[in-house]
Amino acid sequence: MKQEMNDPGVKYIEEFRDKEMVLNLSGRIRDSVTGEYSFMEVCGGHTAAIHRFGIPSLLPPAIRLVSGPGCPVCVTGVDYIDKAVAYSRLDNIIICTFGDLMKVPGTGSSLEKERAGGADVRLVLSCLDALEIAEYNPGKTVIFLAIGFETTAPGSAVTILRAREKGIRNFRVLAAHKVMPPAMKALVTGESKLDGFICPGHVAAITGSMAFEFLPGDFGLACVVTGFEPTDILLSVLMLVKQVNSGKPAVEIEYSRAVTRLGNSIAQERLSRVFEPCDAAWRGLGMIPGSGLRLRRDFEEFDAEITFPLDIALREENRSCICGRILKGLNTPVDCKLFGKSCTPESPAGACMVSAEGACNVYYRYPE
Amino acid sequence: MKEIIAMNHGAGFGMTHELIKSVFARTFAMEEPMTDSAILENEGRKLAFTTDSYVVDPVFFPGGDIGKLSICGTVNDLAVSGAVPKYISASFIIEEGFSKDDLFTIVCSMADEARKARVRIVTGDTKVVEKGKCDKIFISTSGVGILEDRNSGISFGKEVVPGDVLIINGPVGNHAIAVLGARNNLKFSTPVVSDCASLNRLTKHVLENCSGIHFMRDLTRGGLAVVLNELATMTGLGILVDESSVPVDSPVRGLCEILGFDPLYLANEGKILFVVHSEESDKVVEIMRNEPEGREAAVVGRVVGGNESRVILSTKIGGRRILDVPSGIQLPRIC
Repeated sequence: MKQEMNDPGVKYIEEFRDKEMVLNLSGRIRDSVTGEYSFMEVCGGHTAAIHRFGIPSLLPPAIRLVSGPGCPVCVTGVDYIDKAVAYSRLDNIIICTFGDLMKVPGTGSSLEKERAGGADVRLVLSCLDALEIAEYNPGKTVIFLAIGFETTAPGSAVTILRAREKGIRNFRVLAAHKVMPPAMKALVTGESKLDGFICPGHVAAITGSMAFEFLPGDFGLACVVTGFEPTDILLSVLMLVKQVNSGKPAVEIEYSRAVTRLGNSIAQERLSRVFEPCDAAWRGLGMIPGSGLRLRRDFEEFDAEITFPLDIALREENRSCICGRILKGLNTPVDCKLFGKSCTPESPAGACMVSAEGACNVYYRYPE
Repeated sequence: MKEIIAMNHGAGFGMTHELIKSVFARTFAMEEPMTDSAILENEGRKLAFTTDSYVVDPVFFPGGDIGKLSICGTVNDLAVSGAVPKYISASFIIEEGFSKDDLFTIVCSMADEARKARVRIVTGDTKVVEKGKCDKIFISTSGVGILEDRNSGISFGKEVVPGDVLIINGPVGNHAIAVLGARNNLKFSTPVVSDCASLNRLTKHVLENCSGIHFMRDLTRGGLAVVLNELATMTGLGILVDESSVPVDSPVRGLCEILGFDPLYLANEGKILFVVHSEESDKVVEIMRNEPEGREAAVVGRVVGGNESRVILSTKIGGRRILDVPSGIQLPRIC
């Protein structure tokens, strides 16, 4: 990795953090507000940026930003962690994972605890790194924990295609990739207090903004595909407010430097060559039809679960968890009977308690 | 599942504090509050006494090595207690097969650093363990310093009052990024060098010339954010930090963007937070800027009243948020 970084600041980042422009947008939002608004961001990157820059403090109280189920780690089901933990306990297995999955608790353990107990669990920044580890360790099997949305799934697909091309036989994935639109649909079907979505910019770079067109069409919701810098987010909020005010919801692209209506056709092709849709369980939201990706039969040889079937009891999601209702704005965390009792940051039942920015986690740490 | 020690027990905050409380402090019947150095009194003279272990990987990194670090770290723990560091002990655990040349280089940099910091290495110990029983070389150093009465309250922060000004002596995050870069063999076009340095001369000059120094702490594991949270908890006061005034070098900032790290949480080995009476803050900054280790000293925030012991960050873009203690070491994010 070679970085070209010259003073002042990192080129093309600081420009999107210009304080004057931020204050200007914040003022224009304040001037445009005519009622109350609830907008959900469904991407973990947005949640992190909103938190890190203190965006809520720049918005009028009439605008509520709701952190949706967009952090791929937070929504990864307990059973997935349990499976990964079980694999890490087998002999001659190397588990490769993205960093933030390490701490996520399963039923009785986490990858972090297993590593402390002697399991070979390695952090990678790309799934191609995992493939390289497999190449260098022919006597062992590398299992890559393939999680994430449309943003990381094409990377898994490309890695699997490369593994086949190179004839690497000791590489597997434990696949739990998810796709975003069905989850967004599940959240707005039925009762919901949401007015619109800050749509995920990097997911849309792959899928194209058309993936979200059902939201204004079928549900009358405002949508803006958004970038990840403070001015991106504030500009999108302004665009959403204007859409709601005008009563003409649509999918607009704020993140036009990365997103088109049709998306990245090469990534889409690789993705659908290797994976096919399936139903998937989301922590706190339960089973959502068509929201997951599984390996196609032609690629079964890379599927850890098919080549090394596990014999473990899988825990179901806790049915009392009301994450879904909290995300829809129908309840607050304190309404949940698990909150602070069997659901805490150390032992989260729902997605909202896993991430430091999740609604329940924030309520738990700063009760007021 | 039986309880075991995890990496986060050594992260320097959160689980580390819990471990110290539940295992060490209770069993050793140690008194709160616990500070970087123990303050001991004998016949009217006060001594500061501290110990630390160094296990850095890799052993050599841009800007220093484990030897230099083992002197600076212990010297700084004494210095931030307000003491004048005097004597150091050094004990070595060396893995079978370690290069004698490398050992010599490490020991030379310890001697060099001790000379610069005007401390004497007076006693030590050596153990060699079988291959695989430790990672190349581990060093433990202990240090004793003399503490003048008028400085003996600094590590407890009892004098800290609303209005006090927060000052740090330069950019944060360089040590953590330099070590990370060396460990993963990342090649930066602008080299990032560890800030590893003994700061006792800096603290001595500041203490000799100013009477309003209410607290000092080195910004090691957990970085500025964790030290500020400890200060808030210790004093019961609020703290307001201005993100844009915290110096961060450009390559460090860039790498943090790529990996999803926050420089406020990164470890330093040559940075101190000073909490200073507001009337003396300009003078302290001026004194610091005349020292090589304080050229980029900056005011980064202040202590505020109210009964909430929280750290509030005023972000670069003009927003506000709580600056938390993280739940564990920072890991690269997937998103």
